[in-house]
Amino acid sequence: MAIDKVTELAAAIDKIRSGDTVLLGGFNICGCPTNLLYALAERTDIRDLTLVSEDFGSSGLSFTQGPEKLFLNGQLRKIILSFLGNHKSAELAIAEGRLEAEFVPQGTLVERLRCAGAGLGGFYTRTGVGTEVEAGKETKVIGGVKYLLELPLRGNVALVKAHRADRYGNAVFRYTAANLNPCMAMAADLVILEAEELAEPGEIRPDEVQLPGVFVDHIVVTREVQF
Amino acid sequence: MDKRHFIAKNVAALFRDGDVVNLGIGIPTLASLYIPAGLTVFFHAENGCVGTDRTFTKPWNPESTRESVRQWLLEHNEYSGTGREVHRDLCNAGNESITLLPGAACFDSCTSFAIAKGGRLSATVLGALQVDREGNLANWKIPGKKLNGMGGAMDMVTGAKTVIVAMEHCTKRGEPKIVERCTLPLTALGCVNRIVTELCVMECRSGELLVTALAPGVEREDVISRTAAELRFADKLTQMSV
Repeated sequence: MAIDKVTELAAAIDKIRSGDTVLLGGFNICGCPTNLLYALAERTDIRDLTLVSEDFGSSGLSFTQGPEKLFLNGQLRKIILSFLGNHKSAELAIAEGRLEAEFVPQGTLVERLRCAGAGLGGFYTRTGVGTEVEAGKETKVIGGVKYLLELPLRGNVALVKAHRADRYGNAVFRYTAANLNPCMAMAADLVILEAEELAEPGEIRPDEVQLPGVFVDHIVVTREVQF
Repeated sequence: MDKRHFIAKNVAALFRDGDVVNLGIGIPTLASLYIPAGLTVFFHAENGCVGTDRTFTKPWNPESTRESVRQWLLEHNEYSGTGREVHRDLCNAGNESITLLPGAACFDSCTSFAIAKGGRLSATVLGALQVDREGNLANWKIPGKKLNGMGGAMDMVTGAKTVIVAMEHCTKRGEPKIVERCTLPLTALGCVNRIVTELCVMECRSGELLVTALAPGVEREDVISRTAAELRFADKLTQMSV
């Protein structure tokens, strides 16, 4: 692994290829790497992406923000989400088949990512039994209870955000901003971490690290607030 | 007291000391305002914490501009480490700003859903589009009309020990939401234990809906006429608290 992972924003985004599956950390704006996301939205030549995210950004605002920017730019082929909310144009695109959509229960989504990150072949869960989510899935009765087989979900690139990271990529989050960031980072081949603050190795206590640097490839340091 | 707060107050009356409860978006979140004095209830927000306090505010609204939201984010970045302050990195599952009580814990999503799916929730409270006599729940999609996504609801109702539906008894158009058989896409099979509306409290058990309490001034006939499922009434009907 590279020793010093600090990278310029443009150079990091340049690693993303058309056709990639992009894993996006954050729960709405909280913990969302907006600088990385909006820099990707500037690169309209990167297209045909599959976006994996908890949500699609805030609903009911008078301006566009969050993952919806990528959609309105025509950069998305498919979304894998647990919550869409009130995004009328995306809803219409899904209904008309212009945007492929897969809805995954949030607990199943994070566990599929964790599975991919941990090199596991899948897991059985009760979530979704007897609903549309069950369609086409293998089922198994364990201890008298019916479970669904869910498969790992892997990405080419993950865009994640932490409050502070050292040059090796060891990262810490504040309050509820960790959310899906650790499991997204674990599940991608290439991980780009947006950090508000950069630390030198040793400045973050080893037992304080929430995302070990071994999962991180590039760090983009920015205190900018994009919205 | 308005209808939504009345429902929330009667939901809160169901909690016991030491319960860990997940609150969904809307009426369920209001239940945290009505915890009876002397009771300690730990609220779980699936985006990553246990121990939310009772304040929750929407940091922005439809009138917000890009610049005003940006300003809000810049101004709420003083970090004390206690969670007592409104902070841009601290929110609930409805993206409302929250604060934390002493003894709260924050964690990532995998841990959060382990709490839910591993059976650590005493209860989950959530809204519904439809509930039926078998306790089936539909709350995430209206085909051809509304595609919200299920968020964490399917996981919460599968893992929690008790599932409480808190909702208005009928839709805005006056159609019953408590029905013989759900027609909308399901969130989970047979998961609902209780229903609290502005008219009554019901228990769902073994394919039967048992009304246990009525709102003040509400008669049995009022509930029957606004419900599209067979009902049974408890021998000793109590009154919901105002």
